[in-house]
Amino acid sequence: MPHVSLPKIGTDTAWRDAARGLIAAQEPPERVSWSRGEEAMPGLFDGAPAEAPAAASPLTVPRDFVALANKVVWHSDPERFARLYTFLWRLKDNKGLIEDRGDPALAKLREMEKAIRRDVHKTHAFVRFREVPTNGPRRRFGAWFEPEHYSLEASAPFFARRFADMDWMIATPDLTASFEDGSLSLSDGLPRPDLPEDAAEELWGTYFRNIFNPARLKVSAMTSEMPKKYWANLPEAKHIPEMIAGAPARARAMQEAAPTLPPLRSQKILDRLHGKGGDTAMDWDALRQKAEEESRDGREGYGRLVLGEGPHDARLMVVGEQPGDVEDQQGRPFVGPAGQMFDRIAAEAGLDRSAAYVTNAVKRFKFVQRGKRRLHQTPSTGDIEHARWWLDQEIRLLRPAMILSMGGTAAETLTGKRAGILKRRGHVEEGRDGVPVFLTVHPSYLLRLPDAKAQEEGTEAFRADLAAARAYLDSLAA
Amino acid sequence: MPLDLNTKLAILSDAARYDASCASSGTSKRDSKDGKGLGSTEGMGICHAYAPDGRCISLLKILLTNFCIFDCAYCVNRVSSNTQRARFTVEEVVSLTLEFYRRNYIEGLFLSSGIIRSPDATMEEMVRIARTLRTRENFRGYIHLKTIPDASPELIAEAGLYADRLSINVELPTDAAVAAYAPEKKPESIRGTMGQVRQGRAAAKERSHTGKRPPKFAPAGQSTQMIVGADDSTDAVILNQSTRLYDDYGLRRVYYSAFSPIPDSSAKLPLVQPPLLREHRLYQADWLMRFYGFEAGEITGTEANLDLEVDPKLAWALRHRDRFPVDVNRAEREVLLRVPGFGTKTVGRIIATRRHRRLRWDDLVRIGATMKTAKPFITCLDYSPGGLTDSAGLRARFAPQPQQLQLL
Repeated sequence: MPHVSLPKIGTDTAWRDAARGLIAAQEPPERVSWSRGEEAMPGLFDGAPAEAPAAASPLTVPRDFVALANKVVWHSDPERFARLYTFLWRLKDNKGLIEDRGDPALAKLREMEKAIRRDVHKTHAFVRFREVPTNGPRRRFGAWFEPEHYSLEASAPFFARRFADMDWMIATPDLTASFEDGSLSLSDGLPRPDLPEDAAEELWGTYFRNIFNPARLKVSAMTSEMPKKYWANLPEAKHIPEMIAGAPARARAMQEAAPTLPPLRSQKILDRLHGKGGDTAMDWDALRQKAEEESRDGREGYGRLVLGEGPHDARLMVVGEQPGDVEDQQGRPFVGPAGQMFDRIAAEAGLDRSAAYVTNAVKRFKFVQRGKRRLHQTPSTGDIEHARWWLDQEIRLLRPAMILSMGGTAAETLTGKRAGILKRRGHVEEGRDGVPVFLTVHPSYLLRLPDAKAQEEGTEAFRADLAAARAYLDSLAA
Repeated sequence: MPLDLNTKLAILSDAARYDASCASSGTSKRDSKDGKGLGSTEGMGICHAYAPDGRCISLLKILLTNFCIFDCAYCVNRVSSNTQRARFTVEEVVSLTLEFYRRNYIEGLFLSSGIIRSPDATMEEMVRIARTLRTRENFRGYIHLKTIPDASPELIAEAGLYADRLSINVELPTDAAVAAYAPEKKPESIRGTMGQVRQGRAAAKERSHTGKRPPKFAPAGQSTQMIVGADDSTDAVILNQSTRLYDDYGLRRVYYSAFSPIPDSSAKLPLVQPPLLREHRLYQADWLMRFYGFEAGEITGTEANLDLEVDPKLAWALRHRDRFPVDVNRAEREVLLRVPGFGTKTVGRIIATRRHRRLRWDDLVRIGATMKTAKPFITCLDYSPGGLTDSAGLRARFAPQPQQLQLL
């Protein structure tokens, strides 16, 4: 009767070598007995031809079986080696057996494989390192862990891949894994080492207690994934009983607590965010002065704050998108190419630009620097929200009879809706403060049209819009 | 008096607990075997601990700050709440992440934040934390960044280079509900940010004319979360919204979070027990859509809400008994996937094993099928359900027993 005693370290390859030899020697499973560790020297056969002619008859098995065996060897079931060998004995003549999930022997091996996967996974999850003081250049950590099976050899390489810039040691009752200066080694198990206290554990406990939501207590969901047997080595587990006990009362207290009054500052913050309230008494000079102050702390990618201009008793307010490069340099709105174009067409439509107050929805030029050029960027919703307060101040001070809104950004600011400008142009909508808003496209849209014909048609339509706007404004006066 | 680190951690993890996601899976494989950095990711995520609420703790899930200028009714951090406020510095977050990671407490960092000053200012600080971890500390673990609505595209683009996953919460199932409960948030700009992330990911997959690959962009994809039970949206509405999100933005996950009472709640919202079972049913339905070939419309059928008593797959089978019983030895994969009690793994094993033998009842048990559930819906070599499939009392076999009322 051959007896195979496998070593504690490298059990997987030792089992494969032995099994290959036994198959070559045609030893039937019922004649072979197996053991691991203590009893004998590694990989020796008792009363069997140890030197098996492995090369003479190379044994091929499905790759799946090798993967299966490499897991099952770490199981604590004393029959594991015999079960594997018995299955291998059948498999050598029937390679398809490895796929037959209905086979009871394979079902048992798969179940054991799953147990090892889980054991390895739980080791990866639940090992907790404590820092160990050292004088060397690399930090040192140590841990004590009690896996269910002899699986440390299978779980240790993960830690080597992950914690390669520090030295560490994981001691278990069976084996100890150490990682020093980049190399991993295994040695015999240790009694539980005395690891020094680690201050990080208190912080970790704080995190564990506070990430827990007492309103959704589900203890069994926790224990099915983190069974109590692991709790002894988890520093956070000591908080669990108290967390469970206190949860119902905490949840009830949350439900019963009456809504509180919001803190004072909250209304102020919301008003500023929504562009309301604050300094209602501000006049034109104060507004301009505030704009200059604000311009002084520049933001990268943004120009200075350019307010509108025009008579302070104007009945018409014209709102564009944002200042361009030229406007930013001069600090005045509507002086760049699009502004000049607007002036020209407005004059043709009989709309007196000098009698209107012209301004922009967004007050700062947003750009990206490309060499010497500053390229225009479309303002984001954040930019629009940011600028709303300024435009609201201008509207409040001016009290225009009508606002001419040019382009999508102005439309979004004034009516809350950006989409569909080409459909909405030429019509009047109600603005946020009840002021009628006449919608049209932005003059820069005309500059971007692809060919002369399209530009001519676009200009014509824009001119018609401006004429209609003028007629509407006149009708308001009547 | 400035708060100490322990107090800050308590406040800012307490404030972060309402984000359901803690996933650390599905990213690119990395390790630190070269000895120059710290950390690894191996496809499968690891849950390092479980809290008594049954949720996995995989990442250090914290807010950069719980100061916020928005006023979302369902949120404990809204500007009008009286909760205690705190703010981490960049270095504090970096050091907490690394020290927790070295002790094997976590897989990485999930950083979110209240909105301070402006969306860009907030996002910039979050990106700075990710950049410090990746470039200065050589951290190779998992990073999940929450993107701030309305942050500039440049910041999102940079975030995608450092983070494994980016996410932005749609918060509530319909635009109307967002307008009602989160007046400062704009559904269209939330979707805009999702679109940007999708584009960034697509662009990172295209090689240049030299065949060079661009740097990876958020390799673990993007996810979102919606709160269930705060507004009156039905399950049908919620599942349709999820389908749209999966299709339009290529999301990896939609998380459903049962609205749970929060400390210092707003007068706008009901303080009820969180609808945990409904949340569970939604996740089951979500799984059916992603892995079992179901359409949202099929799952809810003509009902507005999912059946709370039986799971959605069983409910579907009970409504479509004419399609059962299914012959386990002949049926195609798509048909097997619709059998209650059979999961994707079971179906794979059935198909592999069929090549070797005709399946019997005991084979199915060994394969791992839940036969108690599957029983009325299948036939195999030595079993047929007879009249069970069409019996009137079938639903009652599965539904929980009615509870006797208690005398007060």
